[in-house]
Amino acid sequence: MIEAAIVYPRGDQPNAFTRDEIGWRPWLAPLPEEELTDRHRAGLVEPARAKSAYFRLLVRDPEVLEARTRTDKDIFYNTRAGLPRAERELAATAASRSNGCIFCASVHARFAAHYSRRPEDVQRLLDEGVTAELDARWRAVVDASVALTATPIAFGPEHVERLRTAGLDDAAIADVVNGAAFFNWANRLMLSLGEPKPPHGG
Amino acid sequence: MSTPDVIDHLVGIAPGSPLDAIRAQRPEARENAQRSYLALFEPEAPGEASALERYAVASYVARLHRAPAVAAFYAARLADHADIADAVAAEAAHATTGPYGRFPPGPLSAEDMPGAAYRVGSDHRPVFGARLTAAIEHADLLVFHPRDASPQALQDLLDAGWSTTGIVTLSQLVAFLAFQIRVIAGLKVLAATPATDAAR
Repeated sequence: MIEAAIVYPRGDQPNAFTRDEIGWRPWLAPLPEEELTDRHRAGLVEPARAKSAYFRLLVRDPEVLEARTRTDKDIFYNTRAGLPRAERELAATAASRSNGCIFCASVHARFAAHYSRRPEDVQRLLDEGVTAELDARWRAVVDASVALTATPIAFGPEHVERLRTAGLDDAAIADVVNGAAFFNWANRLMLSLGEPKPPHGG
Repeated sequence: MSTPDVIDHLVGIAPGSPLDAIRAQRPEARENAQRSYLALFEPEAPGEASALERYAVASYVARLHRAPAVAAFYAARLADHADIADAVAAEAAHATTGPYGRFPPGPLSAEDMPGAAYRVGSDHRPVFGARLTAAIEHADLLVFHPRDASPQALQDLLDAGWSTTGIVTLSQLVAFLAFQIRVIAGLKVLAATPATDAAR
């Protein structure tokens, strides 16, 4: 039996970048929560993720999801040395803006605005795109993230030098690389396995 | 873990080097990037994508990124399938630039960069078969224009014989490679760009 992709009526999909909370709905069937085994629950890492359609879809391959989740958490939440959290979220937002992931950008723009206390700058990045006016340090982080997001990859020595000039040490630059690279993973899943939806309904 | 760390290997990170120390500060990320690789390319159970499909798609994705060392790493596992390896190389020759694609209709439409969906040439379809042809075409979408993704793109995979779980694995594989190839490229540039006094 051939399974069928899920199609939603058009018209209610968020169609602009926003820091507001929006939702996401899958184009393939997630596992029903009551069918999750111990192996699936281990793959989810956090029990609360059993409520998320996105994670219950990805948990169909639990080993990959578990490793991906642990990679994500260390890149973004491990505060030992390196780049401040706000700028890791800025790298995630810039990659998401460049790839066009409205859902990913909404989540990580909120984090970037919260941790930096610079919501106006983050909103300008969302509204005007990755060339929006920013100070030199954020410009360097955004440009590096966008260059890493291009295919073929356009990140070069000039990006490293501008990040250094902006005050980043090599551990912080590696965090920019990891953060932007990780969102090239996340964006592709979010964009291709489902779509953003309004916060309520859908 | 018997398989050497793939990112360290492909960047050329030696034990005790500055980049080794930097990666050591994110030990869970380092270990789990490798575990992601193992789960996708050396899974304990075969899952719903064959080893041949996994390595063929990986070498295609690496070639689309113009990452020859990464492509060679994955293509080495296609040694017994020269016909597939040759067809992958030929199909990747069209490689374009990304990200492009359309946004949902609305204010972002002004930023649309429409572009074609890639289709495998008729000469290589019989070499790949229906499943791998569909997987290669989907990988192209994910690499270059993921915002053009649609339920129909997934339906094409289902119609070609992919299961829902198999599509999750395939999607993770392509998306993981987009990460792995960027970490390798970024760290290589960092290692090759030593700090100078002028930049301090």
